[in-house]
Amino acid sequence: MGSQPRLVEVRKNVLRQNDLAARALREQFRAAGVFVVSLVSSPGSGKTAFLERTLTLLRQSCNVAALVGDLATENDAMRLARSEAPVKQITTGTLCHLEAAMVQHALAGWDLNQLDFLFIENVGNLVCPSSYDLGENLRLVLISVTEGEDKPLKYPTIFNSADVAVVTKMDLALAVEFDWNLAYGNIQAVRPGMRVLKVSAKTGDGMDEYLELLTAHLDELRTPAVR
Amino acid sequence: MHELSIAMGIVEMAQEEAEQRGVVQVTAVHLRLGALSGVVKEALLSSYELACDDTPLKGSRLLIDEVPVLVFCPSCQVQRSLSSVQLFCCAECGTPTSEVVQGKEIEVVALEIEEWAHNPA
Repeated sequence: MGSQPRLVEVRKNVLRQNDLAARALREQFRAAGVFVVSLVSSPGSGKTAFLERTLTLLRQSCNVAALVGDLATENDAMRLARSEAPVKQITTGTLCHLEAAMVQHALAGWDLNQLDFLFIENVGNLVCPSSYDLGENLRLVLISVTEGEDKPLKYPTIFNSADVAVVTKMDLALAVEFDWNLAYGNIQAVRPGMRVLKVSAKTGDGMDEYLELLTAHLDELRTPAVR
Repeated sequence: MHELSIAMGIVEMAQEEAEQRGVVQVTAVHLRLGALSGVVKEALLSSYELACDDTPLKGSRLLIDEVPVLVFCPSCQVQRSLSSVQLFCCAECGTPTSEVVQGKEIEVVALEIEEWAHNPA
């Protein structure tokens, strides 16, 4: 009688539970006809200012709401509440990213059927959020002009998990000698064909193009598929 | 640093799989880890040790098979490797492509187990 080593096959995705929760969310969003946008970026790239401007502008014609993830404090939710849109803070404690189950939990009690757009602001982090699907329809990755044009080369994984890049704080571009062509080229190197928007949440420049993009997506979501 | 969450997920999965099969002892976990998974191998290895503490997997090894990125090249019409993750284009013809076909995996492939050759009872 003795033990002998043996290999047994498993072949399972470690994040399968998150992927299943994200799939359920995506189905729930589709059924409610709400278009869901998530935002990822490093800390301090202007996610909250950009989102506040977005909510304020969209609220004039649409029903919008936001979930905002942070390690600690409810400051962002309070800032965003100035837009008068429903906002809920998800405080992750020590966790560096949002997971689909946290979104499910935060949405409890909200009637998604009443919404046109839901925004999910992830924890400021360009690494960890890339692995976690949140069921969103569109993932935006933000980089500010103050961060340096090579951010995409340093964090190719997050750019690969995102759909659209948004360059923020364009009002500071001149002051920090931001090289647009270099930044744009770097984004295209790690994610060929990626759409890149430039905005200033402070002056409002570029917000029109962004809102048009969102509205077009919502229309597409709500148009029955043509055979 | 989300490697600890990932490591705990691996340990949990290995435990479940082992229990289902009535396995006595898991000695190693084989993992496929994509270059675009967002997970750092070294951080995962040290997190794994921590995650195994106070579990039946304590002392087991995590064996990581690093999976390179493969993209589909629209010009060559085949899967190609990348020369670098900083440049998403076909390593052969240079055509830019975003179509990733491999490299995002975080997958438990197999468990190395020890089991009794004959039922000791």
